[in-house]
Amino acid sequence: MKEIKNKEKQQTAAKKKRLSLKQREGMMGYLFVLPWIIGVLIFVLRPLAQSFNFALSRVKMTPKGREITFIGIQNFTQILQEDETFPTELAAYLVKTVMAVPIIVVFALIIALLLNAKIKGKGVFRLIFFLPVIIASGPVMDQLVSQGAGSIPAMNTSMIQSMISFMPGFIVDAIMGLFENIVMYLWYSGVQILIFLAAVQKIDTSLYEAAKMDGGSTWECFWKITLPTIKPMTLLNVVYTIVYLSNNEQNTIIETIKNAMFGTTGSKGYGYASAMAWLYALIVTLLVIIFAAALALKKDVYAKKAKKFRKEQKKQERLIKKIEKRGEQYEKQKAKRVAKAAKAAR
Amino acid sequence: MKSKKQNALPKQQKQPAKAVAAPKRKIDRYAVKKWFFGSKDTQGVGKLIAIYGLLICIGFVYLYPLLYMISKSLMQRADLLDSSVNWIPSVLYVKNYVDAFTSMNYVKTLWQSVVIVGLPTLLNMVMCAIIGYGFARYDFPLKNVMLGILIFSFIIPPQITMMPNYLLYNDLKILDSIKAFLLPALLGQGIKAQLYILIFFQFFRQIPQALIEAAKIDGCGHFKTFIRIAVPSAAPAILVVFLFSLVWYWNESYLTQLYVCGVLGDSYWNTLMVALKGFNDSYSQAGGSVTGEAMGSLNEGIKMAATMLSILPVLLLYFVLQKQFVESVDRTGITGE
Repeated sequence: MKEIKNKEKQQTAAKKKRLSLKQREGMMGYLFVLPWIIGVLIFVLRPLAQSFNFALSRVKMTPKGREITFIGIQNFTQILQEDETFPTELAAYLVKTVMAVPIIVVFALIIALLLNAKIKGKGVFRLIFFLPVIIASGPVMDQLVSQGAGSIPAMNTSMIQSMISFMPGFIVDAIMGLFENIVMYLWYSGVQILIFLAAVQKIDTSLYEAAKMDGGSTWECFWKITLPTIKPMTLLNVVYTIVYLSNNEQNTIIETIKNAMFGTTGSKGYGYASAMAWLYALIVTLLVIIFAAALALKKDVYAKKAKKFRKEQKKQERLIKKIEKRGEQYEKQKAKRVAKAAKAAR
Repeated sequence: MKSKKQNALPKQQKQPAKAVAAPKRKIDRYAVKKWFFGSKDTQGVGKLIAIYGLLICIGFVYLYPLLYMISKSLMQRADLLDSSVNWIPSVLYVKNYVDAFTSMNYVKTLWQSVVIVGLPTLLNMVMCAIIGYGFARYDFPLKNVMLGILIFSFIIPPQITMMPNYLLYNDLKILDSIKAFLLPALLGQGIKAQLYILIFFQFFRQIPQALIEAAKIDGCGHFKTFIRIAVPSAAPAILVVFLFSLVWYWNESYLTQLYVCGVLGDSYWNTLMVALKGFNDSYSQAGGSVTGEAMGSLNEGIKMAATMLSILPVLLLYFVLQKQFVESVDRTGITGE
């Protein structure tokens, strides 16, 4: 008995050891990632919870420390009903971003396609187009825009303004802001150009050759090969652009939130500022989701057809199986009947 | 181009031998057309001109602010007001730079910028490499959830987490010092650290498993494998992360001002970007020659000089290491394979 028990023990121990080897690998993984886990807990999840708590309460700074009283959604209603600037700023941001994102992404795509052509001096152009990524920071942009270096001097902005003056005021403002700082918006597309360029260069050239054999023009090739292939990159670029535009220091909302938090004149307390930040985050997230959905919804026609075809195939297979089964049953029954008949005959 | 001409020539020579002048002209037109618009497999001159024209135009638009900045920063006040002087200043006026140099306290600020940017960058690089390796090499429960959180934390606006973090640093008494940048970087939460972790993740995943197993059989521990095998093979990724981290820390002024330099600007630390942000005030404080309303347009040159000075270090870095910068996106596989 004892021996058997010992053996069992040994076996379970061995089992444990084998499991723990796998687990040990996992533990090592945790060890490597541990700093990040702590970081996320301290610098992402905890602040998220805390700022949500702030947004739902009134925070008073007293010499003793923070005094937090829960007031529900009062901060939000106050922002939406009483604040004079924040809702209009949000609306302006929304309009501006919705217009700027397609401009930036399409522009980046055009540049990437131009750079993809067989030309000399590609490196120099890439150097120029990537330059803004290095130097376009908040204060520099502020200085440049305030000096009027952000607009193309030859562009007649007053004519555009008179053309679109029938629209509501904040939309006109947003469009004019876009045109006045068109160079700055083009400056934001440095990374996007490189991402598109890398994607375009990776497209298999035999695809184009095949298309040309079939008589496809360059224009058709672009719409039917290039664009569908780089679709994931487009989504990536759109998301990147939205995130960049919303966290950019040129954005006035960020400054407003900061002023609400620290400013001497516009200070309304941490709670109010947190509510602003959450509202802002909500709108940014919504924008990302809307753009992503708009890009992802339109499924590939061929993928759809292939799916349909596969479905049909499965259906037919099932039918065939059914028929086969019936046939087998029939055979069996027939065999039985024959056997019976044979028995009876006997 | 040459080859096209050569292709076209033999045809021309053949044709006249047969007969008349009229078909010759036709063929000429065809050749010219082909030469200009290009055929299905070659590029015509017209197309090339169009591409170059577009690229040069857009390139000029891209460089326009920079050229504008350089040109204005070298003008004296008379040139700025004179409408006949558009691009090229009448005299190269370096005093703008001297003024900006002194009022920004350039040498000290530059040194502090290098420290404030350099240390978190190094830490960021090291930690992101370790974390990225952990994600790429090992399998453990909840890994996918963690990667999801990683991407999520890249997308959320920093304004939400900014306030609680500010209070945290305040409680820890590390506000207004460089520690407020070092602590998050140490825990893999530096500026855009999520992106760098993803870069390293992509890169370390491409290391063949056999290599790591061979190291294991030869008696390499987990950390030794990381240092001896993973790190040397990830040299391009390390360079990319280092450069981008450097540039983005350099360009960050919002969080730098909030955490390191102090909102009121009374801290010991200062960076060039933050100095540029408050340049208008500091210039008039330092005894700039013109004050009041008229100053805005008048010391345009000095402002541009200050802007130029504050981006000069990264600009130099870019021109020296441009190849690494530009090819970075390709090499790291951000584009996703």
